[in-house]
Amino acid sequence: MSDTGKSVPNIQKILHRKDLKRSIKYQMGEVIIEKIIFMIGITAIVILGLIFYYLVSTGLNVFREVSLSEFFLSIGWFPVSVNPKYGTVPLIVGSLIVTFGAVLISVPIGIGSAIFISEVAPSKTRTVLKVIIEFLSAVPSVVLGFLGIVVLSNWVRIVFSISTGFTAFTGAILVSLMALPTIISISDDAIAAVPKDYRDASLALGATKWETIWHVLVPAASSGIIAAVMLGVGRAIGETMAVLMVTGNAAQIPDTMFTSVRTMTATIAAEMGDTVRNDTHYFALFAIGSMLLFMTTIINTIADYVVSRGKREGR
Amino acid sequence: MSKKFKEKLAFAVLALITMCVVIPALFILLYIIYNGIGTISWEFIFASPRKGMTEGGIFPAIVGTMSLILGTITFALPLGVGTAIYLVEYAKKNLLTKFISLAILNLAGVPSVVYGLFGLGLFVLLLGFGSSILSGALTLSCLILPIIIKSSEAAIRSVPDLYREASLALGATKWQTIYKVVLPTAMPGIITGAILGIGRAAGETAAVLLTVAAFFLPRLPSSIMDQVMVLSYHLYIISSQVPGMPDAVKNGTALVLLGVVAIFFFTATFVRIKYKLANRG
Repeated sequence: MSDTGKSVPNIQKILHRKDLKRSIKYQMGEVIIEKIIFMIGITAIVILGLIFYYLVSTGLNVFREVSLSEFFLSIGWFPVSVNPKYGTVPLIVGSLIVTFGAVLISVPIGIGSAIFISEVAPSKTRTVLKVIIEFLSAVPSVVLGFLGIVVLSNWVRIVFSISTGFTAFTGAILVSLMALPTIISISDDAIAAVPKDYRDASLALGATKWETIWHVLVPAASSGIIAAVMLGVGRAIGETMAVLMVTGNAAQIPDTMFTSVRTMTATIAAEMGDTVRNDTHYFALFAIGSMLLFMTTIINTIADYVVSRGKREGR
Repeated sequence: MSKKFKEKLAFAVLALITMCVVIPALFILLYIIYNGIGTISWEFIFASPRKGMTEGGIFPAIVGTMSLILGTITFALPLGVGTAIYLVEYAKKNLLTKFISLAILNLAGVPSVVYGLFGLGLFVLLLGFGSSILSGALTLSCLILPIIIKSSEAAIRSVPDLYREASLALGATKWQTIYKVVLPTAMPGIITGAILGIGRAAGETAAVLLTVAAFFLPRLPSSIMDQVMVLSYHLYIISSQVPGMPDAVKNGTALVLLGVVAIFFFTATFVRIKYKLANRG
């Protein structure tokens, strides 16, 4: 009796000790894992920080040789001539004109299709349309550029009877195709997120479906639609390959949409191969990259702010 | 009556507008298939280019693209899923979490050529990896990271809390719960995101052009420090940089590139529809 009486607490003690050890082991494991997951969790910040730091710190070197006013205000971009000039105005104007054209095309089409997809189309059609539009967003920009060269530029040349089809307008059409999926899917989400009560109330008051869409849903979704347009603009400014392949790449200030332009992105992609590491041209391209980075970051951050504000007001 | 008519008119106009998106998308697919299909042959896929790339095949470029996306997903998947786990399971609602979300959103908007510059400066030159698969894969993994994070985050968030509570109640630790319950349940969504990311990486050109792509390199890579030909870059140079390239080669290359991207895209779409996943991250 006494033997067993002694041994029971012993076993319990041993068991307890094992449990404790195990539990400490698990707890330490948990803590280590949590630390690792945290480190991974902040990679996005680290990468974005590195991109900013690296581009800006490299790009700033251009100002050792080129004055601020030449870089930002002069209109001659001749980086490889004997007497090189680094005026980025034609490139900025080139980017802006292609983006402007693309926005002009893609905003009405994008918002119209988003309304059709989310409110008008029957559910099976909606699924098919969504897959098609997502497919469009998956098409590589170099494939669009290829089609731009072999098909679209010829159409543009013939339709507008101009000497070359490689124009800002051709680029704008291709870029609008890339901005459209962004605009459509985010506008669609915004319209779908409008509470059902709004719809019901409007319909109950005798409004038709179209009146409900136009006077209730679109205004209610406006902040999401604005964000969609902004993200589309960000996409358009950053687009590289398609514009590189079809805009003709003349670094000049265009007077119409139907002349050749060279965008900031195309300049980087086309000229980086000709530079020597750490020469002025190399630094200048990094400075242009920094400008692009600031532009897209500002646009995306504002778009995010607009969306989150819209969400708060919606509640 | 006029109200009804107005509505019909408006819907007809909207349908027409939608066609402005659908028709180009279908045109791209059909045009590339129709013109490229004649070029596709055993030799075109499995032979090296000859005679200044005007004859032979594009095998080195296909292998280059495949090795590149394999490398990319190796880096991007653990980082992306890890970030998603952090955001859903561990992150508190504080300023840091807000900054992480903002950083992810902004990474998604960084132009691909800027990623290229970053990769060129950091991986190729500063870290001395040179123009190589490693540099290209690291650059591309930064580029597709936001896609993978977003879809994994959505997938993990959609796992019902009941699953977590049941597992914890049975005595499992938090990590055991994540590893054995949450991740397996979220797997279809995570895989979809990974496939979409791979598709994006396979078609990417501007970032690849600055970090890995070779103009003409008819041999296969032997290590991750090798330079390779890449399908997307190959299409760029033969369609706009080399004059007098036969149309058949260009059309065939475009079809192979779009085919690779489309396979990934439709696989992801199929998985998504099969598991009835939410449409977007």
